[in-house]
This record gives sequence, C-alpha cells and structure tokens, in this order.
Amino acid sequence: MNVNQQPHMASPYGQPQSGYQGYQQTGYGNQHVPGGYPTPYAPYNGPASTYQPGPPQGYSPYASFSSKALATNLVSDLSSPSPLDLGMRGPPTSGPPPVSGTQAYSQFGQGDTQNGPPPMAALPSVSQQYTHGTMQLSGPQSSFNQPFGAPPTSMQQMTNQMSGMQIGSTVPSPAGPGYAPPTVSQASASAAYTPSAPSSFAPSSAVHSQPLPPDSVAQTAPQPFYGAPPTPPQPFPGAAPPFSAAGPAQPPAPPLGSQQSFSQAHPPSQPQFTSAPPPVSTASYGGPPPTTQASHPRAPPLTSQPSTFSGGPPPTSSPSQYPQPMPQQPPVSQPNPFHSGPPQPTTAAGFPPQGGPPLRVPHPGVQGPPMTSQGPPTSQTNHVAPPQPGMLPGPPPVNMAGPPAQPSMQGYPPQQNGAFGQVRGPQPGYVGQYPGQQSYVAQPPAQAPAPAPKRLDPDSIPSPQASDIPPVQKTRHRIDPDAIPSPIQVIEDDKLNKGNEPFVTGVRGQVPPLVTTKFQVKDQGNASPRFIRCTAYNMPCTSDMAKQSQVPLAAVIKPLATLPLDENGPYIVDHGESGPIRCNRCKAYMCPYMQFIEGGRRFQCGFCSCVTEVPPHYFQHLDHTGKRVDCYDRPELSMGSYEFLATVDYCKNNKIPQPPAFIFLIDVSYNAVKNGMVAIVCQELKTLLDYLPRENPNVASNIRVGFVTYNKVLHFYNVKASLAQPQMMVVSDVADMFVPLLDGFLVNVAESRVVIESLLDQIPDMFADTRETETVFGPVIQAGLEALKAADCAGKLFVFHSSLPIAEAPGKLKNREDKKLVGTDKEKSLFQAQVSFYSNLAKECVAQGCCVDLFLFPNQYVDVATLGVVPTSTGGSIYKYTYFQGQADQERFLNDLRKDVQKQMGFDAVMRVRTSTGIRPTDFFGSFYMSNTTDVELAGLDCDKTVTVEFKHDDKLSEETGALMQCAVLYTSCSGQRRLRVHNMAVNCCTQLADLYRNCETDTIINYFAKYAYRGVLNNPTKNVRDSLINQCAQILACYRKNCASPSSAGQLILPECMKLLPVYLNCVLKSDILHPGADISLDDRAYLRQLVSAMDVAESHAFFYPRLLPVHKLNVEGNALPVAVRDSEERLSKGGVYLLETGLNLFLWVGANAQQELLQNIFGAPAFSQIDPNMTSLPILDNPYSKRLREIIESFRAQRSRYMKLMVVKQEDKLELIFKHFLVEDKNNSGGASYVDFLCHMHKEIRQLLS
Amino acid sequence: MTTYQEFIQQNEDRDGVRCSWNLWPSSRLEATRLVVPVSCLFTPLKERPDLPPVHYEPVLCSRANCKAVLNPLCQVDFRAKIWACNFCFQRNPFPPSYAGISEVNQPAELMPQFSTIEYIVQRGPPTPLIFLYVVDTCLEEEDLQALRESLQMSLSLLPPNALVGLITFGRMIQVHELSCEGIAKSYVFRGTKELTPKQIQEMLGLMKPGVSGPHGQPLAPHDAAASCRFLQPVQKVDMNLTDLLGELQRDPWPVPQGKRPLRSTGIALSIAVGLLEGTFPNTGARVMLFTGGPPTQGPGMVVGDELKTPIRSWHDIQKDNARHLKKATKYYEALANRAAVNGHSIDIYACALDQTGLLEMKCLSNLTGYVGHIVMGDSFNTSLFKQTFQRVFSKDYNGEFRMAFGGILEIKTSRELKVSGAIGPCVSLNSKGSCVSENELGVGGTCQWKICSLSPSTTLALYFEVVNQHNAPIPQGGRGAIQFVTQYQHSNMQKRIRVTTIARNWADAQSQIQHIEASFDQEAAAVLMARLGVFRAESEEGPDVLRWLDRQLIRLFMFHLRRSPFLQVFNNSPDESSYYRHHFVCQDLTQSLIMIQPILYSYSFYGPPEPVLLDSSSILPDRILLMDTFFQLVIYHGETISQWRKARYQDMAEYENFKQLLQAPLDDAQEILQTRFPMPRYIDTEHGGSQARFLLSKVNPSQTHNNLYAWGQESGAPILTDDVSLQVFMDHLKKLAVSSSA
Repeated sequence: MNVNQQPHMASPYGQPQSGYQGYQQTGYGNQHVPGGYPTPYAPYNGPASTYQPGPPQGYSPYASFSSKALATNLVSDLSSPSPLDLGMRGPPTSGPPPVSGTQAYSQFGQGDTQNGPPPMAALPSVSQQYTHGTMQLSGPQSSFNQPFGAPPTSMQQMTNQMSGMQIGSTVPSPAGPGYAPPTVSQASASAAYTPSAPSSFAPSSAVHSQPLPPDSVAQTAPQPFYGAPPTPPQPFPGAAPPFSAAGPAQPPAPPLGSQQSFSQAHPPSQPQFTSAPPPVSTASYGGPPPTTQASHPRAPPLTSQPSTFSGGPPPTSSPSQYPQPMPQQPPVSQPNPFHSGPPQPTTAAGFPPQGGPPLRVPHPGVQGPPMTSQGPPTSQTNHVAPPQPGMLPGPPPVNMAGPPAQPSMQGYPPQQNGAFGQVRGPQPGYVGQYPGQQSYVAQPPAQAPAPAPKRLDPDSIPSPQASDIPPVQKTRHRIDPDAIPSPIQVIEDDKLNKGNEPFVTGVRGQVPPLVTTKFQVKDQGNASPRFIRCTAYNMPCTSDMAKQSQVPLAAVIKPLATLPLDENGPYIVDHGESGPIRCNRCKAYMCPYMQFIEGGRRFQCGFCSCVTEVPPHYFQHLDHTGKRVDCYDRPELSMGSYEFLATVDYCKNNKIPQPPAFIFLIDVSYNAVKNGMVAIVCQELKTLLDYLPRENPNVASNIRVGFVTYNKVLHFYNVKASLAQPQMMVVSDVADMFVPLLDGFLVNVAESRVVIESLLDQIPDMFADTRETETVFGPVIQAGLEALKAADCAGKLFVFHSSLPIAEAPGKLKNREDKKLVGTDKEKSLFQAQVSFYSNLAKECVAQGCCVDLFLFPNQYVDVATLGVVPTSTGGSIYKYTYFQGQADQERFLNDLRKDVQKQMGFDAVMRVRTSTGIRPTDFFGSFYMSNTTDVELAGLDCDKTVTVEFKHDDKLSEETGALMQCAVLYTSCSGQRRLRVHNMAVNCCTQLADLYRNCETDTIINYFAKYAYRGVLNNPTKNVRDSLINQCAQILACYRKNCASPSSAGQLILPECMKLLPVYLNCVLKSDILHPGADISLDDRAYLRQLVSAMDVAESHAFFYPRLLPVHKLNVEGNALPVAVRDSEERLSKGGVYLLETGLNLFLWVGANAQQELLQNIFGAPAFSQIDPNMTSLPILDNPYSKRLREIIESFRAQRSRYMKLMVVKQEDKLELIFKHFLVEDKNNSGGASYVDFLCHMHKEIRQLLS
Repeated sequence: MTTYQEFIQQNEDRDGVRCSWNLWPSSRLEATRLVVPVSCLFTPLKERPDLPPVHYEPVLCSRANCKAVLNPLCQVDFRAKIWACNFCFQRNPFPPSYAGISEVNQPAELMPQFSTIEYIVQRGPPTPLIFLYVVDTCLEEEDLQALRESLQMSLSLLPPNALVGLITFGRMIQVHELSCEGIAKSYVFRGTKELTPKQIQEMLGLMKPGVSGPHGQPLAPHDAAASCRFLQPVQKVDMNLTDLLGELQRDPWPVPQGKRPLRSTGIALSIAVGLLEGTFPNTGARVMLFTGGPPTQGPGMVVGDELKTPIRSWHDIQKDNARHLKKATKYYEALANRAAVNGHSIDIYACALDQTGLLEMKCLSNLTGYVGHIVMGDSFNTSLFKQTFQRVFSKDYNGEFRMAFGGILEIKTSRELKVSGAIGPCVSLNSKGSCVSENELGVGGTCQWKICSLSPSTTLALYFEVVNQHNAPIPQGGRGAIQFVTQYQHSNMQKRIRVTTIARNWADAQSQIQHIEASFDQEAAAVLMARLGVFRAESEEGPDVLRWLDRQLIRLFMFHLRRSPFLQVFNNSPDESSYYRHHFVCQDLTQSLIMIQPILYSYSFYGPPEPVLLDSSSILPDRILLMDTFFQLVIYHGETISQWRKARYQDMAEYENFKQLLQAPLDDAQEILQTRFPMPRYIDTEHGGSQARFLLSKVNPSQTHNNLYAWGQESGAPILTDDVSLQVFMDHLKKLAVSSSA
C-alpha cells in the first residue's frame, strides 16, 4: 500500500515527507520513485511528475495565494494534469499495481502509519487534496485544473477534497481495515468541509456539476462525496442504514429522511463519483476505482457522521459511531480512516492512488465514467451504508427503525445541520461530508425531520435517549447524567479515531487529535500540535463573524516543547553570516508560505505579500511547478518547525552570548534548616550538578554554577577550583545589593567539583544552629541578577525560600493575609503584588535574561502573589511545598528539582508572532514580560512553558489563503548558541459560521478561557469574571444555535459537536479554586494556582480542570491498555473499586470501603481496608503483577507531567476524602460550585435568553 | 650652679620637657616682646628606665576645677596631714592611706627627683591591644606577596592575647571573620556607598537584633567582644589568619586599560573605624592601613580611575584644580575625629611610586597618634617598609611594646600662665578649664588633648601665654608651674597615669633681661617655632608663612628651615609634604633638629669622622660624606674615593685602610638605621651619581654655577641652583636688621 501510495502521492507529498527525512536524505522523493511506484509512474511522468505534483500542491495550497489565480492555473494545469496523467496512465499500466497496492496497504494496514509509507501516504493525500482544490478552483477552466484550483479557494474545500482523498484511501480500507483509519480522519475532515461545500449551491450544482466538472463547487462536493462514500459505506453497508437513520437523526422521519437523504446523498455522490471517477480515478485506477469508490462512499459517511454528530450521547458522537463500526469489521477500518485522516491519507495514498484516482477521475470524466459508473453504484451503496455505520453500530440494522431509538445518532445530524446551517441541516444528517452532499442534494424533507432529531441527540441534555423533543423532557425530568455529553466518551472516541495513525501536518486547517490522545506527528509544513494548538482551525474571515460567534481565536504555543522520542525535533538551519532570510517588510522568516516567483529570484511573503529579493547565495531554480527544486532539502521550505542559527546581529549588544549560568540561592533561616530543606537541597545538588542541560550528551555542560545562601543577609561562595576550601562572603548591605566577587563565583562544575562538594557538605552544618528567622527576598534575586550582569551572561536562578520576607530590605513584605476580602470587590488585591518593587525587579531581570525559579517551603502565609511576580515575569516557575517535611515531601521536591534543573531551556528569549494580514496577535498570556505590544520577552523559556496568544481581526481574511501565523523565538541555547526557533501554522478561513464551529478545539478554548479569566481576577471582581465567562460561552453556543443548527424547538439545547464539552469544562474553570474558592483554600494557594495555570499547556490545563479518574480495579494486568477512565463524579465511584485520580498536580488513590480484599492485598499488601495506612506517600513495592502494573501506571503519569505528583491514598469515608471530592468536578462541590447537570441547565437557560 | 645647658639637659632627661625660655618674663607685655613665646616641647612618655611606676592612685587636689596632682612643689604640713595645691592653693587633707606620712617618710610624689612620676591605676577591666589590618589588594603580585609576608611575620610579634582583625579592600571591602572553621567567611561591602556606623555595625551583626542601645548606642564592649568574630586573640587564630593571608588574592575585578584599579580606601577605613567603634570604644586600638595607591572610588576618593587624569599636584591645589581634595579631606577628618574620640589610632603604610593621597588622609594619623602613623615607600617589597613595619613592634628594655594607647594629656598651670595650644599628634578634647588661654596657637582652646597612640618619642609642642599683668608684679622668687597629666593605656594593658610637674622662675624682663636671654634654649625655640611654621603652612599659603617666619625671628637654622620640605613644596608632591610635616610635628627635639638642619659627617684619611658644615664646600673629592636628614641617610663618596672604589682598591690587602674608610660610614649609618623610626631611605651614592641629588639639594649652595670661580678652586662642588646661599642670606639679614624698616 505504502508503496503505491508513495508513488502516487509520493511525488507531491512524498517530497514534503522527504523533506523530513530529506534533511538527512535529500533524495527521499527519489527513493519513492525508485520504489515500487517509480517504475509504474516513472514511465509516465517520471521524476518530473513527482516533483510537479509536489511543488504545486505544497505551494499552491499554502503560500501562493496571491499568484494563485495565475499560478494555480498554470500549476494546476501542469501539476494537476501530470498527476492526473499519472494517475490516468498509471492506473492503466499500473492498474494491477494499484490493486496490489491496495492489497499491500491492507496488509500494511495499520503498519503503514509507522512505516515510511505513511508519510508517503500523507503526501499523496495532500496531493489529492491539492488536486481537488485545483479542481475546484480551476473547475471552470479545466476539470483537472479546477480541482487544483479549488484547494486554494478554500481550505475547507481543500480539506474536503482531502477528506475525499483520504476517503479514497480509506477505500482501500475496505480491503484492509488498516486503511479504514484514514477514512476516519478523512471523514472528520470531510465533514467539516462538506459543510462548506454545501454552502455553495452544492445540492443542485453538485448533482449537475458532478457530471460536469466545470462547477468547482460541484466538484468539491463530489469529492467530499467520494471521500465519504469510500470510507464507511462499503464496510458497513449494514451499518449504513443505521447511519442514514442517524443522519436523519430523527427516528420516525429518519428512516425516510435518512433514506431520502441517503438516496439523495448518494445521487450527488454518485454524480460526483461518476463524474469524478471517470476522469481521474478511472484513468488511474481502472481496476481499483470501484474499490476506491466503494471505499469513498464509506468514508464519507463516517466522516460526515463524526463531524456532524458530535452529539452528546456517546452513540451520537462520531467516535462512538466509529467504535461501533469497529465492532463490526468495517468499524475498525472506519475509525482508522478518521483518525489518520490526514496521515493515513498518505497511507491511504497507497490506496489513494485508487481512491485518489477516483477523485481525480471525476474530472477526467472520460475515463471517469467507467469509474463513476462503478463508483456511483458503490457510492450509493456506500452512502447508504455509511450513514448507517455512522449512525451507530448497533442501530445499523435497526437503523430504519432505530433512528428514533437512537437519538444520539440524530444528535449527529444536528451537528451537520449546524455546520451547514439550518437549511443544510437536514442534509447534514448524512454526515459532514454527506451533509455537504446532502445539502447539495438539498432534500428539504429529509432535513426537516433530521434536524430535530439530530439536535436532540447531540446536545440534548434533557432526554438524551428520548428521541424527540428533549427540551421539554429536560426541564421536566431529572436529567440523566449519562445523557449529557461525556468527556470520557469524547476522549475515548478521539483515541479510537485519531490515535492510531500519525497526524500529518501538511494540510491546512486540520484539527489535531485531542491532547488526551496519544498520537504521532509528522511535520509537513505546519507546526506540530505539540508546539501550537489553536482554538479554531477555521477562522472566520471577518471580524463581524468572529464577534458574532464569540469563539476566541487563540493559539496556545509551547515553543520548546519536548517531543516524543519517535519524533524529530526541529532541524537546525544555518543561513551563514548574513543570517536567516526574511521578508523585507514584515520580517517574517523564510517558511513554506513564501512563494518564489520570477524563476526563484524573488519571493513573495505569505504574511504581508511583500516581494523580496532572494539573496544570491540562497538562489535556487524553480521546477516547472514553481517550487524550488531544493524545497525538500531545506527544512525552512518544507517544515512547520525548524531553527535558524542566529548571527551576531541577533545577539544582545551584538556580542556572541556567554554560556548561561545557574545560580542556586538557598534560604538558610531557621525554618528552612529545621524542615530539612537545606540539607536535602545540598545533598541533591551534589549529584544533580552532573546533569545540567547540555545539547550534546557526550560533552560536559557549558553551564556555570554559583551558590548563595541567605537569611537576612546574603552569603556568596567562592568555589574557585584553585581553593582548598570554599570561601564565604557575606553581604549584609541588602539595601543596595551587589556581587562581592567575580572570579570564583560562577564556576564550571567539573573544574570545581571538589570545592563545590565541600561547600555543599558544609552548608547544612554551618547553619544547623541558626536562630535567624527573618529573611529577605528582593535582594536575593537582585544578587543573582547582579551576578549574571557581572558575568555578562543570561541564566537561571533557583531560589529555595521559606518565609515571608519581613527583614528590612527592598521588597520587604508585610503579612496581609485577610480572608475576609474573599468574595468582595477587594478580592482582586489578593492577587496583586503588595509592592511594585518586584515588577521593577522583574523588568531588570528580563533585560539581563535572568530567569527565576522559586521553590517555596512555607509554614504560613508567604504572599505568593507578590513573591511570584518575578518568576512569572521571567519565564520561571513556582513550586510550592506547604508544610514541607523532609522525609515525606522529599521525593516530590527532589523530582521537581531534578526535572527543573535538567530540562532543556532557552535563555534571554524573545518571541514574536507574525500573522497574515487580516488578523494580528492582540493579547498574550503566560510567564513573560512585554515591554511593547508585540515582543514577548522571556528571560528563560523551558520546554514546559506555554504562551497563549489571542488574535483579533484588523481586516478581512481570505478563504483562499487562510490565516497564517509564524511564531519566532530568538533564544540562547544552553550551550550559549543564539538561535531562532520558528513555528509556522496555517489554518483555514471560513465565511460560514458552521465551518468555524466544526473546527474548534474545546480543550484549547478552555485553556484560553482559564488564562483569560485568571488574569481577569487581577483587575476585576471575581464574580464579574465568572459572569463574563458564562456569558461568552452562552453567546458562543447561542450563536451556533441560531446560525448553524437547524430550526427546532427553542427548548432544545443544541451544542456543536466540537464544543459539546464546553459547558462541562467551563464549569470546571468556574469552580476552580481561583474563581470559586472554597473555605479551606489559602490565599497563597490561590495565587499559586493562578500563576501556575497561566503558563500551562493544553494537556495540563485539561487534566487540571477535568482530572483523569481511572478505575484501577479494572486494570488489565496483561496488556498495556489503561482502563477507560470514568467521569469525575461520585456517582461513578463504586464502593468496591479503587480509583486513581490525576490532576496534573496531585495523584489520589481512592479506595472504596468494600474493595475486594485481594485487591487491597495486591496493592497495599494490607489484608483489610482498615489496615491501609492513609499517610503513605508511595505504594509498597509488592511482587505481584497488579502492584507492578499500578506502579508503572503511576510512574507513567508522573512522567507525563512537568511536575511530580505526590500520591495520596484516600480511603472512603476518611477525612481526606473531602479533598479528593473536590476534584470530582462533575459534582456539586461543598463550596457551592454547580454540578455539571445544573450548570448545563443554567447554560441552556442563558442560551435561550440570548436567543429570545 | 650648673650651666643652663646642663640644666636644660637635666630637665629633659628627667621630665622630657624643653622650654624655649627657662626663665619666664613676669608680665604679658614682656612676654610678647620676646617674640618666641613661652613654650615647651613635651615628650609624655619619654623612656625612663630609672623610673619605677608606683601602684596606687595619684592624690588629687579637691577643688573641682583644679584636680591637680600632688607633686613635689606642694607645700605639705606633715603634722596636720594637709597639703596645699601649688596651682590653686587649695588646702587638701591627705587621704587616709597617707596617715603614716612624715618628713622622713614621704611618698615618692613629694620627692623632688620625682617631678615625673608614673602611677599604675585600676580602671575597669584590662582590654587587650587591638590591631586591625586594613589591606589593599590592588597591588602588584610581587608587592602583595611582600606585604603578605610582612603581615604574617607581624603576627608572631604581637602579644598572644592581642586582638587582631583583617579587612581587605579593593573594589569591594571584605571584613574577614577569623574564628570560623572550615569555610573562610568574610563580610563584603561595596566601596562606593557610605554607611553610618550603625549600619556598619548592623551589617556586621554586631548588634543584637532589635536591641540597639537607648540611642542606637553600640553594645557594651563586653558583649561585643564576646560576639565579635572579627577581632580575635592572635594566639587563637594564628593559623587561620596565616592561611587567610596566604590566600589573599589580588583584587579580582578587571582593571581596564588606561584605568586605575578601583580602590575603596575611604569606605574600608570607615568600616574599620565603625567596627572598632562598635566593639571596643575607648580602648587602645590600632588600625593599620596598607595601601598601594590612591583611593579611587567612593567617599574619600582622591583621584578618579582614569589614568589620564593625574593625581593632584601642588600646582593643582594652588590653582584650585584638585577636585576631590576638599571633599576627601573633610571625609577623612571626620573619620579621624571619630577614631580619636574612641581612642583608636590609624597608621598609614603607603607604598607606591605615585602619590597615594596622604595629603587627604594625613589627618587620620596626625590626629590619632604617632608611631607608625604614616610610612611612605615605593613598594612593600623594600626593606624600608619591611624594617619599618617590623620596628613598629619593637620592644623596650622591659620587653614591652614601645607604644601606648588612648592617651589623654591634661595641662594645669599656675594662675599667671595659660595654655594657648598644642601642636603635635593630638586632638582637642575641648575641655575649657581656668588655664585655657583665649589666644590659640596650634590646637588650642582646651587644656586636654587626646593622643590616641603614643610612643616614647612622641613629642608635643605646647604654647603658653603669660597672663600676669605688668602692674601686678610677681614676688621675688616666685615660680611658675606647669603640670602635665598623661593618662594612657600601656602596651601591657595597664592603665597608667604619668604626671610631670615643672616650675620655672619668673623674671622681670626689665631688670633681668640678661638672665632671660641666658635662659633661652635655642634648639627648643627653633623647633617650637618651626612647628608653628609648619602648622601654619598646613593651613595657609606657603609664601605667607615664610614671610611670617622671617618677620618672627631670624636664626641660623632658619635658613635651612626655609629650604626644608616642611615649608617648601617645590619639588615635593603634596603627599611627600604631608609625610614630612607629619613626622616633623611628632618627633622629639633631636630628631626635629636633624630634620631642620641635616647633619653632615665627613670621613677622610686625615682624621676621625667630623661633622662638617652643611655646605657645598664640604663636598670634596677625597671625602666620604654621611648625611642624615632623618628621612634619608645618604652616603656620598667623593670623586676620588669613588674612583678608588671602582678600581676595587678596597679588596686589596695593602689598602686595608681604604676598606676601613669605606666601612666607617656604613657602620655609622647602620647605627642610625637601628634606632630611627620610620626607617630612613638609605642611599649609597657617589660623585656624579643620580642619587647624589639628595645631598646636593640639602647643602648650602655656597658655590653655584653663578659664583663657582669666586671661591678658590680648592674645594667643593658647585650646586646648580638659584637659591641664595647662606652667605647671601645672612648679608641680607644684616642689612634688614639695621635698616629702619625693621
């Protein structure tokens, strides 16, 4: 399969992929060629073809919009034809191969993802997409061209096409389940796209157009169709019915509607297929077409379903659908498709050839016909089938009847509806992709029925299962918690759908898998979601739309994120002495969005459209697709993320930076000594210093270290290698801090090891008898700062501090703890710094590149709000160990410390986000300092630090070009090298709200909301912040309801699929300790959490707000799989169970009172419930598989988080249980936080108010 | 009757007093006509091996404003056990302990030979001597090494129970904690920020948290001593300190091209003063500053760190171009006063080729004591410094240091006499007594002075005024009396009081002018007047002082005084002038005379060594000259001798006598070197040698390039100067003396 895919797609995408490997192996593409395909294709197009497709696609879609019109035409002509030709010819000649290919794919199936092929596949898919796009665009001009053109026109279309393509790939899936996955992804994508398609005249045009390539829309539609059909349909013919039913959503009507819709859908699809298939696919895959078609049909349904039916009820949710399919044979395949959507596409590509061809085929028309003819039937069948699969596994057979029964299924439809708009709504029933088709089909009747059910299903808080008219039921009956959208279900579905295939970033506007899903990323032009996640992957084109929807447009950027071992970090690019190539006007760095023109002598900026000369040393010829021939040799032209070596111009004072330094500042006052902190730190540092961050593991770290201890005066240490003993230098002039020594303070660890060890041995003894209880804090940071200044380098301070700094010194604080202020208008002052001293100090720190990490060991109020100012302004972290006890808390502290010291980080960083004209970054959240409105200055930036950027429109965006953003971070690496890390991200733009709502990521939105709200409490009463959050959320949902969902009773709550968890998560934010403090939370804790969240990435904020609750008693000792988590509600806890709850900061092991004795024995080695020690902080190491597995899980959880999670054992009915229950966020909490159900009702009410 | 000369010598030997007049004119009018005031040079701690101290308290006059000490001049009624104070005529009963007193059983203080007597008294707990080293680290490695060795050596010379402390400075100031084990600790201060004594004490942890005395008073010495980790007994921290000094590094802060190292002398001293102030007020302590260059930053800076800006010269000062001069001087004066108040003295050992700011810092030593105060050399790596420093710790015949601390000199006079002031290393205690004159000469307006650090040779010039009116004649045979009461801490930690009572006869100037003339002590008068001159020179314009001096009196030695570096600043840097003047006002009469008129000895085959005129005519080819100017010891080989020596005749057995001739001045010089403090610069030169200038600049230019041929060819070397020779000077004087305008 892969091979096939590669060949086909290879040329276009293969290159991008090659780009990846290309850095190492430029000739990746070549390899492909040589591979199985080369031969088949080679004959036809030969290498040229490969290139052509690649470049055009790569470029046209991304950057070259301005020139699109021309370029696309040309390109499309060239490229599209070539691909087509290839395909056309290929098929015939290769006809057999394709088949074999498909088989191969099937064989490879899942394997594909891992293998090289996947990339190839991805490429192919892309190419397909592109082709589609072009098709659409050029549609009028030439069938082939049009397809290519299309992509440019709208991302959605592109994606649709993509999906289609994917679907195509999925087609193979039928052959092999492995492929199915791709379909899934496609499905999702397609769903999204379909909507757009629908927007156009789709229905009629689709039908008509399908036959006739001219109409781009039609074409696009068809493609989706194809996509759709391929995926699920065939596999689930049986399922299809249900699907259809589901599509219709509504039981009674559904059957008919669904049928109709399906039929309609099919027709359109068929037409499309017919048209499409004939042209390309037929040509290429003479033989295969049918299969592909078949596959396509399947895919579409799937996709459509998923997308459309985010529907609350599990069943409704697309995942659920998939799962269902899974059970069936096809299901698996389907899910795969969905998940892998893009990536698999590549794999699918293998198929795609087949599938792809079909798509293309349509245009070719000529050849297509056969295909189409074949296709249509299949597709029809598919369609029928798909819907069913989509609907729900179980239902399928029942489908017809089932629909009513399966409101959830209906739920899906609503989404579709939503996406499409009410009109399309009905069609949506068919699924996103279908919907589009459907919409095109525009079957009013079907719609009518469908919509209602759908709506009911998805959002229906009320009677989830109750098919119709949930609203009333809702209000009247107690709401079944199972009926409301379940985070667990969504998470599990996403895992199933997207977790199995790599996520390939080559396609603009793809929604990545959820953070809870484990997946692999392949960078093909956009930054990995590990670096950038967006709230919306389809941005509104105008600010009016954005305002109307109220969906925040934001990106959560983690510039130095650590990647899994199986993913390559950004490649380093050296552009020599003249530095990175940049746009003359907006200074954007060279990236895949730059369009080379005039034979490669100039390039046009994708952000500002300014044309810049290419420096001679960077010149390269373009191939006939307008793409530089070295495109895949250069990461900056083919990757989403990479690094430039910065020249001296990018350095402070135009001086190459010195290697950074770490300075450890240890509080040695009475409290710090007594609680054991001093001894522990000193002991640990002795070994930890061997693990300072370095870039080359074989070379000692360049980082120098220095030591300071302090109470109300500071003690600096001279640890010069030549000394026999360290020397202490006391600075008591804390009012005017300075560094008493130059030489010998910052030293190389290896050289001064003996002296350092001697020092660390002696420090605890020296202060063992101290009676000094007062401490200073401001001067401590000043000292570190001055030391770095004196050494003329950047660096990081590790401050280990114990108490409120009340000693006479700058930055002296007074105890202002006053809980009575909570809930009043003055509450905000609790979050504000007590004195302005620290913000000024922070400014100085940032200027020097002095990052401050603060470890707090308080016994009482220390005013974290004030002490945290410097760390949070310098990119540092705060760690807090309240009531630190040497023995009990040592592990947590030491693990944090180790991680903190060892983690990769950059120093003295400046981050700038550039965007295409039309939007601009307006607000930033995180741990940093800004001296102007554009530059985010980070004295230190480690791999866990995240910056959330909010965008606002200042002009219109275009659907063609999408919205581009480039995040450039200039920093000094731990070896002292100055570098520029660049992350590029392109998202689609839409003119239809439905598209927006279909491409959102709720986790990211919540991350943004939390940060926004947590900053809001600094200046506004907490209540106002809460209200504005609720209000905004209600507006988002109301806007959806008003503009995207099909008409229904006002009593119905309809949520967009992508945001169906918004209420539950938002409730968690509202209930968090910051916005809704309980009586037992200290002011320090609130300030601490507030600052913590401000730098969290999406994964951590997700766990923080919606903790993971694992029923470990269901642990399967055999496999690697984790038991499916349960929802955070007490109702879900079984008395006989044992649950592990993870918040990202804490781990709780809850033990039910009736837990089996064997279980307890296995976990605790305790024979009875009553004999479990509630104070244990780690599980006993027992030699049984269960204990082992559980400990493994705990360890793996800890490894995932940036902070070490202390384990607390909570016995049911124990007093600790109160704390535990605090994290059961779906329940009412004891400080008055609303339960999920209540909040949902409240939300519904708000929405209704807004609507009326 | 002995001659006046014998009388004078006797008095000096017994009491350490040399008066300008040994008969005092009996009225104010007559006294003023004498030009040279009634005055004396007093050496409070003159070594008196023959004077055993007595172990009891002195008996004081009971009149509250008198409190004179019982002395041989008092009239005693042995039967009534009553004595009459010879100053206020108060009749006082003897204390009970004197019950057994009788004409044959007199206490020592009543015996005439005990006109100077020393009491050992019990006043509070004995406090150990304190030596606080303040060491500049901005030195060349070689210098630093030498200094390190000297300091380490000095530890062995200190009494074991003496407290030592170490402060090092460069850009920053480090106060080293000496008692710690393991890690060497020091407190660091930045050199640019002025701190109040209270801040310093707080920062050094010398005040208990929250417990500052009623008015921010430092802790009582007791507590401080216990808690002060910076000053520790030598015996306890000997090893630590030796190591510490051994590890003493040059100031690590880089000195850019074209800059002077940043040297925070000002703050270092203020911390030293603050530290002692907080821990051992009113205790004998010695801050020893070792510096290798001028203070370049912070308060007290003398010059900026730009090398292109040279340190101020006399020229700059006269042109008012010395930017930092006034500020720095004021700063150091304030410091000196603080130290003086607490009885702490500050020594300066400045070794550098360039100036080090002695001009500004001189008051530190001037005001606070004598002994090592100022030593100026080219480098710490010279014997001049090394031996001088070593000599600081020399011991007397009792094996005790020749240093005393916290001296307070009080003067009581007969009612016909009042004290106008003192010139010497002392500060006024502003004690207004009945015997204080309104006319100030030198440091006046008080009858008590503090002399923080004393050596046996410390000599003060004291000036008196006769207040007796002309119309109130003093009865025949009346005597004027002066009592000097010096309280001090002996180097063996004892508190002692030395009392010297002198009396001189009054004489009617009209009837007994010859007697008065005969009683004139030319040498003492010369030095006394020279001190006045120097004192004025310090505060007034040079030429004015010369004119004043010329007007005041004209004597032979004045010719040399006029040319001496004490009054002439030409060819001397401000630092050198300060240095010379400082020593001039501290040394005793003999040394002072040497300073004014250097001694020149001539060695030849023609006879034993003989003093010769300090005249260019004495410079002959076949002579070896030894000149002692106090600061320099020059051995000058005449042209012929020099040639012989080069021919190495001295190595030939047959010229043994030549060898002896060469050796003779060396031996004599060595003898001088042994006793002189500070070590003079020792110069061995020859005819035509570059260093011969030291000699040539001192001799009377009787032969110059102008009159070379007017004198016979037989002798002398011409001096290339435009200065007038003594002959010309005298001629001119004579003319002036007889002219009407005089």
